[in-house]
Amino acid sequence: MNKKKKNLINVAVLIALLAIVLIFSYFLPSSSMLFVVLKKGAIYSLIAVSMNLLNGFTGLFSLGQAGFMLIGAYTYAIFTIPLAAREQVYQYFNGGIIHFTVPVIVALILAGLAAAIFAFLIGLPVLRLKSDYLAIATLGFAEIIRAIFQWNALGPVTNGSNMLKMFPSFDSIIKDLNKAPFFENLFISSPWIENFLITMLPILLSGICIAVIVMLINSSYGRAFKAIRDDEIAAEAMGINLARHKMISFCTSAFFAGIGGAMLAMFQATIQASAFKSGMTYEILLIVVLGGIGSITGSCIGSFLFIAASEWWLRGLDSGKFLGIDAPGIFRNGFRLVVFSVIIMCVVLFWRKGIMGDKEFDIERIIQWFKNVPVRFRKMIKWFKNFGKKKGEVSGNE
Amino acid sequence: MLKIENLKVNYGGIEAVKGISFEVDEGSIVTLIGANGAGKSTTLRTIAGLVKPASGTVSFMDEDITNKKANEIVAKGITLVPEGRRVFPDLTVIENLRVGAYLRKDDLTEDIKWVYSLFPRLEERSWQAAGTLSGGEQQMLAVGRALMSRPKLMMMDEPSLGLAPLVVKGIFDIIKEINKQGVTILLIEQNANMALHTADMGYVLETGRITLSGPGKELLKDEAVKKAYLGK
Repeated sequence: MNKKKKNLINVAVLIALLAIVLIFSYFLPSSSMLFVVLKKGAIYSLIAVSMNLLNGFTGLFSLGQAGFMLIGAYTYAIFTIPLAAREQVYQYFNGGIIHFTVPVIVALILAGLAAAIFAFLIGLPVLRLKSDYLAIATLGFAEIIRAIFQWNALGPVTNGSNMLKMFPSFDSIIKDLNKAPFFENLFISSPWIENFLITMLPILLSGICIAVIVMLINSSYGRAFKAIRDDEIAAEAMGINLARHKMISFCTSAFFAGIGGAMLAMFQATIQASAFKSGMTYEILLIVVLGGIGSITGSCIGSFLFIAASEWWLRGLDSGKFLGIDAPGIFRNGFRLVVFSVIIMCVVLFWRKGIMGDKEFDIERIIQWFKNVPVRFRKMIKWFKNFGKKKGEVSGNE
Repeated sequence: MLKIENLKVNYGGIEAVKGISFEVDEGSIVTLIGANGAGKSTTLRTIAGLVKPASGTVSFMDEDITNKKANEIVAKGITLVPEGRRVFPDLTVIENLRVGAYLRKDDLTEDIKWVYSLFPRLEERSWQAAGTLSGGEQQMLAVGRALMSRPKLMMMDEPSLGLAPLVVKGIFDIIKEINKQGVTILLIEQNANMALHTADMGYVLETGRITLSGPGKELLKDEAVKKAYLGK
């Protein structure tokens, strides 16, 4: 298959997916979990891809993503809460000290920039470290950022440990647009199209950001990142300035994590610094590892699967009824996490390099995969047969 | 072309290079030979800007480059083929070549053609990940990658390391060919026989000092060299 044909097929797949979303938004109520998964999955895709840029493509093991998301989310919220609502939101701080708002798009870019500036400052000392030490240091900085944003003395800006709310969310943006004079009597006013647009907004924003990251990775900068990941000394000998390129990668990753954080705020409609714990970073790391370190499409697929499984498909395990089986004794609070962990372990066992490895989505490979299903199935049977036997007894294992 | 004066380098708390001076003339092949730990690699890494010297000067084309950064030195026209090849295993062959030309902003098609004409084997493997190449092919790629920066001086750190004798011979033929096309070569080797046969000028390095120097063919006849490095 040549490149042109492949691109055509990829575009066709995208359009088909859009059509499916459109059809579902017509038939399903807007409260369906599907739309939550699509929205949150799109946001997590962006954040996972931004983390993959750093961990998978530049080889810098950083765990600061939650911190950058927090900066992005707060920057967005602080600059977009309507003036009329500030008195109510900043009720303990006399309406705060910021008395202006900026348009949503500007606020999104500001959110990215704020995260990138912080990343630059943190990067100056931290990027001299390698592997685990870098991970520890960035994790530490993320926690420090969280503590600072909850600090009461900064309350007039950050509202301390209180919640920020009433800023424009995906829902309110589309609903306001609907009320705008130009759109009022157009077809958008029917509720299912409105729901479709609300779902598409985060997908579109994420798509644009991910496209920018992909372009960066395919540029000569991207090649330099991959060279640094593969062999720092050789990369330096080729004339690649290590400090500069690591910084570019770190700041770009933070920029998009910041935008991702802002989008998470838009999705949730309220935010609180205490939610951006290191656990959030681990979730994203999990998505990156499950999807495949060094694969953009892997991160996207991984995040949709992760969000769908944790928020939707396995919910029943917590609430007593799963797949039609009623067993309140077993299916109660926390059981979901047990099953989820087992599933993740199985995925890691059978796909050691994640779902996609370091490859990208490729229609040919998928066809090949389905052709190989019988072979895989036989291999799996063999694996189970040999399970628990000593090494010497294993018969014909590869 | 390249002039090293009284270079001293400390490496991991040890004085690895204890004040050496040598010159590389334009268009020549110069070799540094010596046993493990003699300071050969450290010398090359210092010239390439990967290690900072304690004292002494390195000048290239009458310009002092002693404390310049690695990327500035590559831009000046000095490139290093590192020890053990160090190709980028997850990048394809062609991506490796493109990274080699990282500091150049002009068109690379001609250079890629040139490298492929020197190493036809690489063209066949163009879209293969470099990590899947054989040792000899990886060495070819490492040389090709270094050539992509259009160097005036190419420094090679043990190109024969871990390769079969026949492959080594092929690599040395290519070195001579590249030299004929106008690239000056500074080579360090443990395979003294091969290196001295190829080189116009040779230096023997022992525990951080130059103990002998002379044209390659003469060093081959030297009794001390024969005894210590050629096993005769």
